[in-house]
Amino acid sequence: MQKIYTRTKTIQQDKVSGFCPGCMHSTIIKLIGEVLEELDVVDRTACVLGIGCCGLQMDYMAYDNSTAPHGRACATATGVKRSNPESLVFTYQGDGDLASIGLAETMSAANRGENISVIFVNNGIYGMTGGQMAPTTLIGMKASTAPKGRIADEHGYPMHMCEILNQLTAPVYLERTSCNNPANTMKTKNAIKKAFRNQLDGKGFSMVEIVTSCPTNWGLDALASLEYIEEKMLPEFPLGVIRDR
Amino acid sequence: MARLFMKGTEAVAEAAVRAGCRFFAGYPITPQNEVPEYLSRRMPEVGGVFIQGESEVASISMVYGAASAGTRSMTSSSSPGIALKSEGISYCASALIPMVYSNFARGGPGVGSIQPAQQDYFQATKASGNGGFQMMVFAPSSVQEAVDLTYEAFDLADRDRNPVCILADGVIATMMESVEFPPMKSNVEIDAIKESKREWALVGHDFEKEKRAWIEPGHWQTKDMQKANEDAAAMYLEWEKDIRVEEYGLEDAEIVLTSYGISARVVKSAVSILRAEGIKAGYIRPITVNPFPYGAYDHINYDKCKAVLNVEMSIPAQFGVDVKVGVKDRCPIEHCLCSGGNIISRNAVLDAAKKIMKG
Repeated sequence: MQKIYTRTKTIQQDKVSGFCPGCMHSTIIKLIGEVLEELDVVDRTACVLGIGCCGLQMDYMAYDNSTAPHGRACATATGVKRSNPESLVFTYQGDGDLASIGLAETMSAANRGENISVIFVNNGIYGMTGGQMAPTTLIGMKASTAPKGRIADEHGYPMHMCEILNQLTAPVYLERTSCNNPANTMKTKNAIKKAFRNQLDGKGFSMVEIVTSCPTNWGLDALASLEYIEEKMLPEFPLGVIRDR
Repeated sequence: MARLFMKGTEAVAEAAVRAGCRFFAGYPITPQNEVPEYLSRRMPEVGGVFIQGESEVASISMVYGAASAGTRSMTSSSSPGIALKSEGISYCASALIPMVYSNFARGGPGVGSIQPAQQDYFQATKASGNGGFQMMVFAPSSVQEAVDLTYEAFDLADRDRNPVCILADGVIATMMESVEFPPMKSNVEIDAIKESKREWALVGHDFEKEKRAWIEPGHWQTKDMQKANEDAAAMYLEWEKDIRVEEYGLEDAEIVLTSYGISARVVKSAVSILRAEGIKAGYIRPITVNPFPYGAYDHINYDKCKAVLNVEMSIPAQFGVDVKVGVKDRCPIEHCLCSGGNIISRNAVLDAAKKIMKG
């Protein structure tokens, strides 16, 4: 029998994912691994992980990685990349990490045009700590620290990081994708590849924002979460290329 | 090389460059702004990297990243800025990342004052961040000593894979003195240092042939976290051999003055005056304040010594608490203190010593 699909070698073969059922982190991590293999850069890659569920992959990814202080991934990645310009350096961060506690580090690395790639996983909620409100939580969406749902007058509005970074001059590539269906998942893979290629070509700062789900903290099953993305998340966070230079 | 007349901040920065430091990230704060300013000029000359971070927390995180990638790295700040950096310092300690930072301390707490102080003693020696880790902490009392200790700090950081702190103050920062620099490490030496970290550093690994680098500032399993704590504790015990202390006149001293950093400079001068006036005074000056030279206080002749006079620029006393542990109630401890940016005066020290001798 012909083997037409194998697991990416960038995930240690004897390890299992620690993610909840329906979580898209495992999909995105697989996509990243496939891209690294296709670009043949696994042995010169360094991933800087944020704090939160995004860091759960540290046990089973097979390539160099570190964990930054909460929110500081873009600053830590700056240090790694400037120290070893020949490395492919990317951050992998959730919405709380990148858009709340790490807003200054994200904006400043983007503004400096650091030659790094940022993979931003946006599911509108804090996952690991148990469903607290994030900067990207939708209006009306319930969270464990917003029991009546996000109220604009009290909590402000969801933050659109791609559009915010698009105000800066330096970033070269900003795209928002999703993994809610096979077509969008393939677009996400292509976007990751483009972000990495930009870095290898020395072009500068790229960010791919991936709109995902959190079935556990949304209180929905995996399928209902996909519908929620389509009906609620994507109207607030429209997909597409925001900048490509 | 010829002696140079230099400001403490710039001399420390040059010492770091000579030690092979090729990455610096920092954020402006008085009284140490000349460190980043100097390195913004100097780093490009030697092929190094200088970044003015967007904050102290970002700067230390950049240093964490650069040092994780195998490069000798440094940051610098002053008291409130060090408080902000404590997040990243703790990460470096937990993840076994060698780096050096200098604290040119000023008055506190809070934004405090911009003038020199020694009010960060506990912070430096006991709790520089969460989690109960420790670092070697050097307390220079001259610009030359700051240069020599900074140069050596990088070797010790690499040896232990742990941060090393240069605990200076606003006087050392802004004072100009004549200094002689250690030799400049060659690019061959610097490359060799980086290569020696290859196994664990984020330099890229072929996972089919070798182990990945995994920079872990924590552990999921409590047994692994405890093991890391135990390994660190064992290393701290080994620092006993690295203790450095200057002692003078303890055999016959009727009064022993003890101090560190810039106030020890004042104390030494006071002791020579007291001796000239016929008062048998001695002194103990810890150069490493962590590990602390408690054993030096066993060298005091307690049959003759009337009291130990602790002199520091902190109210309440902090260094004095370690002195108390060393003295073990074998004689009274008196304090001569100032704080908030005031520099200890020699007359105040002389008056305090003479009062004890009369009493």
